[in-house]
Amino acid sequence: MAEIVLRVFRGDASGGAMVDYKVPVAPGMVVLDALYYIQGHLAPDLAVRWNCKAGKCGSCSAEVNGRPRLTCKTRMDELPKDEPIVVMPMKSFPKIKDLVTDVSWNYRVNKKIPPFQPRRGADWKISQLDVDRVQEFRKCIECFLCQNVCHVLRDHDKKEQFAGPRFFVRVAGLEMHPLDGANRARLLKDELGLGLCNITKCCTEVCPEEIHITDNAIIPLKERVVDEFYDPLTMLFRKMRGPSEKRN
Amino acid sequence: MTANYEVREHDVLIIGAGGAGLRAAIEALAQGASVGVVCKSLLGKAHTVMAEGGIAAAMANVDPADNWKVHFRDTMRGGKFLNNWRMAQLHAQEAPERVRELEQWGALFDRTEKGEILQRAFGGHTFKRLCHVGDRTGLELIRTLQDRGVQQGVDCYMECTITRLLMENGRVAGAFAYWRENGRFIVFKAKAVVIATGGIGKAWPITSNSWEYTGDGMALAYEAGAELMDMEFVQFHPTGMVWPPGVQGILVTEAVRGEGGILRNKLGERFMEKYDPKRMELSTRDVVARAIYTEVREGRGTEHGGAYLDISHKPAEYVKKKLPSMYHQFKELADVDITKEPMEVGPTCHYMMGGIRVEAETGQSSMPGIFAAGEAAAGLHGANRLGGNSLSDLLVFGRRAGMAAAAHAKQTAYASLENAQMQDAERELLAPFSNKGESPYAVHRDLQTVMQSLVGIYRNAEDLGHALSELQMLKARAAAASVEGSRMFNPGWHLTDELKSMLIISEAVTKSAMARTESRGAHSRIDNPDLDASWGKKHNIIVEEGGKMVRREVPIPPLPDDLKEVLAQE
Repeated sequence: MAEIVLRVFRGDASGGAMVDYKVPVAPGMVVLDALYYIQGHLAPDLAVRWNCKAGKCGSCSAEVNGRPRLTCKTRMDELPKDEPIVVMPMKSFPKIKDLVTDVSWNYRVNKKIPPFQPRRGADWKISQLDVDRVQEFRKCIECFLCQNVCHVLRDHDKKEQFAGPRFFVRVAGLEMHPLDGANRARLLKDELGLGLCNITKCCTEVCPEEIHITDNAIIPLKERVVDEFYDPLTMLFRKMRGPSEKRN
Repeated sequence: MTANYEVREHDVLIIGAGGAGLRAAIEALAQGASVGVVCKSLLGKAHTVMAEGGIAAAMANVDPADNWKVHFRDTMRGGKFLNNWRMAQLHAQEAPERVRELEQWGALFDRTEKGEILQRAFGGHTFKRLCHVGDRTGLELIRTLQDRGVQQGVDCYMECTITRLLMENGRVAGAFAYWRENGRFIVFKAKAVVIATGGIGKAWPITSNSWEYTGDGMALAYEAGAELMDMEFVQFHPTGMVWPPGVQGILVTEAVRGEGGILRNKLGERFMEKYDPKRMELSTRDVVARAIYTEVREGRGTEHGGAYLDISHKPAEYVKKKLPSMYHQFKELADVDITKEPMEVGPTCHYMMGGIRVEAETGQSSMPGIFAAGEAAAGLHGANRLGGNSLSDLLVFGRRAGMAAAAHAKQTAYASLENAQMQDAERELLAPFSNKGESPYAVHRDLQTVMQSLVGIYRNAEDLGHALSELQMLKARAAAASVEGSRMFNPGWHLTDELKSMLIISEAVTKSAMARTESRGAHSRIDNPDLDASWGKKHNIIVEEGGKMVRREVPIPPLPDDLKEVLAQE
């Protein structure tokens, strides 16, 4: 059976090194299979997150040959065979151990977002078109790969000012829910730092669910914020009548 | 004395953050209890995210003739009448309300033309009954519950593993746990505990289950003295991926057949005509799984030992819309375009019908203060679960367990924690660091081989006896297993604890399967191929007595007349 070398980061917040492991390759094998082989045969203390092993839970995110991927969906036969496969933890989050990072910040951001609030008098009749529109955002499996590549977080570490693409996707899912009545425009502008996104689309490129994060979530939300806060007519109305409920 | 440990107190402690655990948490909070949810992974990653097909609820949006009685009858028939009839009744009656509630919390389902929740056909359901959103219903459900729970104020302990329930005078006092991140111990004081940890698929190598499905909660309850019930009923889902090897077992949703998928053998024969000409591909899972297994065994299997499942006669756009994750799964993992070619599928270990024995109304186990819901609990599904009845199970009985646990907590004071129990739990957990045995991974692989080859779809007394003696040897090896490295996020160490759970539950399954000398639902004995009416009147119970695993039989309570009438109707 053919063998391939995996070069895996071993270490923690205080430092570490790349370690090579030889792994036999089977047809259709994915990188997570190889990591599991290493756990099972070579290094039982290798820290890796995995749950579903089917691309549905978003646990096994890592950087494979420099590219942020779900390791359960990254096939070995798509990667160059004559050089080691390099597996690193996601760079934008603090290291815990080996490939496991501290993603708890994401859960703190999520708590800031007001949940779905049905509009008064909603009759719960919804058209499939409206469902389809929002579906895209609700597919998110929270792998945090988009958070990992977003340069506002990755290079500038603005975690205190900026929620990151994952949570703009979440807000888009709520805001575009046909029966939602909450208004999250001020939150987007002030607390989630939507303005810091300069639409480089890195997030969209890595999304394993192929969500058009920038085009379908972030840009419409930016427009909503602009309408709410920078449209002169709306500003005038608000002065006269107080804050608006959401318009859909 | 808990001076050495981090200690947290909650009226209700919930173990597991899948659909049942989160629904229980939301309900217990609503009843005014302080609630802690402990999950061994990150929030939102539980096995529930993998549920694809839908939630069964007799809402009658598509088939106006549907109602709870038909759903009840389908569930009982699917379960070969071994179900706890009261659970089946409550489930059928309450599921529609649980779905509507989910929608009011923000879940979005596919719609009918009138704008109501769309329902699809599924195996064993008389009417189109499964509320769904494409083929990712479980994700919608868990995300909705997760956000609701977080906003309502659930305290969530992520990547925290409970290794033992702490008892005092025959009632629950709390739980002992450790943090994955740093290996430190934490003790929970609780007035009531809800176990919602799901099933045990990881004891088999070919499984559709999440890799963290290791029977922990059932084992915790068993060790605390609670009864397990009907453990022989392990569902093998008929359609898992069979090729390539890396993806073997990954689920191919029943929705493929619900949307019109056809099964064929390598000769091109639509073989379900032989096994269930009336219901064909939409027969119950036990029947379809055995049919595929039989076709393969008799030489009519596909190249990689499965059957063909074909949906390519439907328009490509329709397939991509109704089965988007199946389309991507096959495209990315198997180089198969399901809009053009058939899939290769075969049985995969999928669901545990057995589990902790509970009271129907409350989810209370046989031990005071210990409740269970979802896959970890037994009763609703009898000998075979219908597709779609699991997500509704989580909602109906998660809510009931949360409500009852909160009520129990109101009438109970915190029990004191015994130092000796905690020290013993600590000693047991740390033993692998000083052991001199093999890697727990080696023991786990051998356990999987035993369960796959000896306790699979078809069973016989000889294999099961062999399995029982193998399990004894594996237990000794597991107890001696050693781990490398530190206590920091150490998966090998983690596996030693899971291995203990898997071995307890595997033994319970095998012992129960050995005793039940008949074939019923998911339990098929080659040496006893027929239904035995006397076995239709009793449950197998597994309980620990004097440090030993003991099996007993208890009679099924008689069906009341009104439900008898419901069952008699066509």
